[in-house]
Amino acid sequence: MQLLQPGLGLMFWTLVVFLIVLFILRRYAWRPILQALDQRQAAIDEALKAAERTRQEMANLKSEHEALLQQARQERIAILGEANRAKERIIAEAREKAAAEAARLMEEARRDIENRKMEALVDLKNQIGNMVVDVAEKVLRHQLANREEQEELIRKLTAELTRN
Amino acid sequence: MCKCALVVLLFPLLSLGAGGNAAPVSSDQAAPAGKDKKFNAGDMIMHHITDSHEWHFLTIKKKDGSEWHATIYLPVILYTPGEGWSAFSYHKLHKAGSYKGYALDSHHKIIRTDGKHFYDFSLTKNVAQLLLSMVLMIALFVSVARRYQRQGIAAPRGLQAAVEVIIVFIRDQVARPLLGHRADRYLPYLLTLFFFIWINNLLGLLPGAANVTGNISVTATLALLTFILMMTGSKRDFWLHMFSPPGVPAAVLPILVPIEFLSNVVLKPFALLIRLFANMLAGHLIILSFMSIIFLFAAMSLAAGIGASIFSVAFSVFVYLLELLVAVLQAYIFTILSALFISETGATHSHDHEHVPATVETKH
Repeated sequence: MQLLQPGLGLMFWTLVVFLIVLFILRRYAWRPILQALDQRQAAIDEALKAAERTRQEMANLKSEHEALLQQARQERIAILGEANRAKERIIAEAREKAAAEAARLMEEARRDIENRKMEALVDLKNQIGNMVVDVAEKVLRHQLANREEQEELIRKLTAELTRN
Repeated sequence: MCKCALVVLLFPLLSLGAGGNAAPVSSDQAAPAGKDKKFNAGDMIMHHITDSHEWHFLTIKKKDGSEWHATIYLPVILYTPGEGWSAFSYHKLHKAGSYKGYALDSHHKIIRTDGKHFYDFSLTKNVAQLLLSMVLMIALFVSVARRYQRQGIAAPRGLQAAVEVIIVFIRDQVARPLLGHRADRYLPYLLTLFFFIWINNLLGLLPGAANVTGNISVTATLALLTFILMMTGSKRDFWLHMFSPPGVPAAVLPILVPIEFLSNVVLKPFALLIRLFANMLAGHLIILSFMSIIFLFAAMSLAAGIGASIFSVAFSVFVYLLELLVAVLQAYIFTILSALFISETGATHSHDHEHVPATVETKH
């Protein structure tokens, strides 16, 4: 059976061809290809790890950011509350001060008015006194034209003075 | 012993070819005789599946009855101990019938006219195709490797992507699970083996091409290489387990040890060579048989021939498609079994635990 008898020649050539293919491909094909595959695998692993790290960092950043925002919000509320209170206090104080000032002004005005009134009264009195004196002088001048009457009057006045 | 086993194994496959071969009248030989030679299916099939010193593509029958052959005559290289080498074109032998002390017998086999023993290192049709496949493989994979060197770790494209899937598969599904830390050492062999078998299987399916992997010399050589790697990579544990299996009564040893030796050392690589050879041969035999049916029926009547051709072509196409699958499947099986056998002989396992092999235990 020719079919089932391995021939030395063909076996020899098969061996030669296979070994040539094996050594050439091992050196010029499999080694570079397998190296490239390993490199790519390493690069992909590295990239995935880096992505995971970045994601983690982003998450951390985000939570930090959130916390910061929350804090800022609270601070804003606190500041606003503080401002509100300050405003009210200032307004109250201002109102009080204004009231006090008004009272003071009123008091001053009152005093002034009083003083002016007194001054006016004194002035009035003086004027009235002067006028009375003038009138009295005129009356006296007129009435004391004669001697008896002068004496009469001195008497009367003296009487009065003494009575006082 | 080997040959007997082969014949028994292949008997169902070969009955077709061998049966027809009883009266060997080669078409080439009968050519001058002329026009009413009968179609001999067995002869045609044998002619297609056996190696030859010429690459015959087609025969054109001229009107005057003579035939024109589109044939490449291949170099014949012969060595006779004592006489030395002689190399010449097969054309000379074919034309003259004998040349430089060599002649052709009725089977187109080269013989020495003085009957001396000689060795045939001719570049036959199978060798020519092996050389073609060598050029093809080197061109293909070196160009793919260049792509990797040029583009670094960029995503693979085109042919590179197609090849890469298979390389990664062999590495991650065959070499690494079976060979573990030794995977890198054997990976170039396994990759070359897989692609060598697959590409030659596919080339063998081309019309006019030689069915290289359906030739027992080729599969025997590949199995021999795996056998050499099995032996060179074998560890003390492998031989120890075989010749003094732990926990086996001494009385059983005379039976067990030869069986173990045969199955582990001889039959495993032998099964490799038979499996690939028989699978690739079978597909071709079936396709050629279907083709023969057309001519056998056509010899009876034209209508029968046309009817048979519809049936035959349909089945041939089906088998051909099946062969495409078998081509890759057998390459994969040869590769994974080689890896498995190499891993088995090279496995080291301690005897502390109860015989748990480092690798999958299989019976083939």
